[in-house]
Amino acid sequence: MIVANKKPIEEIIEMVKGYRKILIAGCNECVTVCEAGGKKEVGVLASSMRMFFMNEGLKTEIDEITLERQCDHEYLEELRNSIDQYEAVVSLACGVGVQFMAEKYFATHVYPGVNTCFMGVTEERGVWSERCQGCGKCILDRTAGICPISRCAKRLLNGPCGGSTKGKCEISKDLDCAWQLIIDRLKELGRLDEYEEIAPIKDWSTERAGGPRKVVREDVRQ
Amino acid sequence: MPCTGKVDLLHILRAFERGADGVYVVGCMEGDCRFDRGNLRARKRVEQAKAILDKVGVGGERVKMFNLSSGEGPRFAEYAVEMTKKITEMGPNPIKEAMGKAA
Amino acid sequence: MSVKTPSRLEKVLDSGQLAVTSECGPPRGSDPEAITRKAEMIKEHVDAINITDNQTSVTRLSSLASCIHLKLMGLEPILQMVVRDRNRIALQSDILGAASFDIHNILCLSGDHQTFGDSPQGQNVFDLDSMQLIQTVRLMRDEGKFLGGDPIKRPPAMFVGAAANPFADPFEIRVPRLAKKIAAGVEFIQTQCIYNLDKFELWMKQARDRGLHEKVYILAGVTPFKSAGMAKYMKNRVPGMDVPDEVVKRMAGVPKEKQAQEGINICVETIQRLKELEGVSGFHIMAIEWEEKVPEIVERSGLYPRPKDL
Repeated sequence: MIVANKKPIEEIIEMVKGYRKILIAGCNECVTVCEAGGKKEVGVLASSMRMFFMNEGLKTEIDEITLERQCDHEYLEELRNSIDQYEAVVSLACGVGVQFMAEKYFATHVYPGVNTCFMGVTEERGVWSERCQGCGKCILDRTAGICPISRCAKRLLNGPCGGSTKGKCEISKDLDCAWQLIIDRLKELGRLDEYEEIAPIKDWSTERAGGPRKVVREDVRQ
Repeated sequence: MPCTGKVDLLHILRAFERGADGVYVVGCMEGDCRFDRGNLRARKRVEQAKAILDKVGVGGERVKMFNLSSGEGPRFAEYAVEMTKKITEMGPNPIKEAMGKAA
Repeated sequence: MSVKTPSRLEKVLDSGQLAVTSECGPPRGSDPEAITRKAEMIKEHVDAINITDNQTSVTRLSSLASCIHLKLMGLEPILQMVVRDRNRIALQSDILGAASFDIHNILCLSGDHQTFGDSPQGQNVFDLDSMQLIQTVRLMRDEGKFLGGDPIKRPPAMFVGAAANPFADPFEIRVPRLAKKIAAGVEFIQTQCIYNLDKFELWMKQARDRGLHEKVYILAGVTPFKSAGMAKYMKNRVPGMDVPDEVVKRMAGVPKEKQAQEGINICVETIQRLKELEGVSGFHIMAIEWEEKVPEIVERSGLYPRPKDL
């Protein structure tokens, strides 16, 4: 899922302190799972902001809503009839949702309430870590299911580098060396001989470097 | 409530939003929770509430968690007195005053 | 083996004699005097000189420009090139830039992560990795082609090197990794500095068992300790470095004013022991900010004078 982290309250307040009627819009999917932008977080942010504005003597109306998703037309349409009454919207969806809301409601001020971080897994409650960077050409078949692009700090396709120490990356003792993980798994699967195959130079044109990406499926298009 | 584990961060915040001067959460001794770790969850939420209340100008000192066992009646009263004293010293929730001026 | 490039380093190695290389770190400014001064100190005692490439991700005068300064002094540079900061266009372009000054040696490296240096907020590139850079230089030299396929006018004639670290983890793939670099086209290797001789000899043995010592020239890396403090620092704070306790004890067991000399002694002893090791083709002496000691180390190790007519 997409993992995000709450923006500090002070930062959000700074963005919208000039408005007097604000909607806080959460999302029921990824940001709910990583406890950054779901219904609960919407409630906490709204309550906190109300108290702040009251303390400043600024009468501000803060409404709350949590949409199923903010990346599909159908769910954002639910706001069609009510959105014009708001001076600003703070969206707690990931960067995708914030943008889609801004596109759809062109005349509305839309602000981000979370920092979108990466595509990753829930290791345990409260701990999420990166697994995929969307390179557009998956190579997991050749690396025993562990991605060197997202999990190696240098995205080496023929690692490890000389800084790998006791299974940890040179940049942090808390970071596993992706290549140690790959080698361990290749060993477990009886495929360590694959290690000596030289991975070819990557075609990065399907990644961010090639420009903003699009997937078009003519077979399902209407 | 059966356990402080049911106290939600939002319950605490809404109380202050509505003008409460102070909130104290009283739970079982740590390690003795009837429901295993409810009181530990409560403590974390109280800490979160403190941080938020400091940031929005209400004051994190207005919320506090106490631990005692259910048989300690006198101590319960003691904490109540302590909390009341502190809140009285701090004065009313600044929101009330600020909203009074704005009205 | 016959030589494939005009590289002086390649000639020395090909002649069967032990080669000696050392390195200079460029300054954090634009005055080339720092390089030329260091090079002057060591030029009679080495066959070629490495110039580091923004080592530890600390921004310095570029390796390429520094190598050109050495070339203009009539010396033999080894261009260290990391893949951290340049994409394939810049890498190939800089290779041609070096070749235009007839720089004939290149060392292909990954590069320390930028969090270590003065620009932890910067981007990194890693378009290619060091293995693929080796392949690229060989493609450019032997087939006269760019990665994109177009022909190169006056292809670079470069002797291709890489680093090896027998002391990094996991140990079990360090020799397979060497084999991989050889398959990619590497022609000479400089190792990380050696203090744990037993481990190095084990790595060398495993390399010999696979016949790798006959496919690549291996230069053993050595660095003299300036003090016991430096030994401890390198033991505990530098990733991929193996400094045995006995070595630290030996340094610490000597009074402070004698520690520098002891460090040199250990270095010379290391070289003398490794001269006897089958598969070692030479030495890479890294005396960072202590270049003035290189002549003493080379002379006491019996590696002076350097071959003149090749």
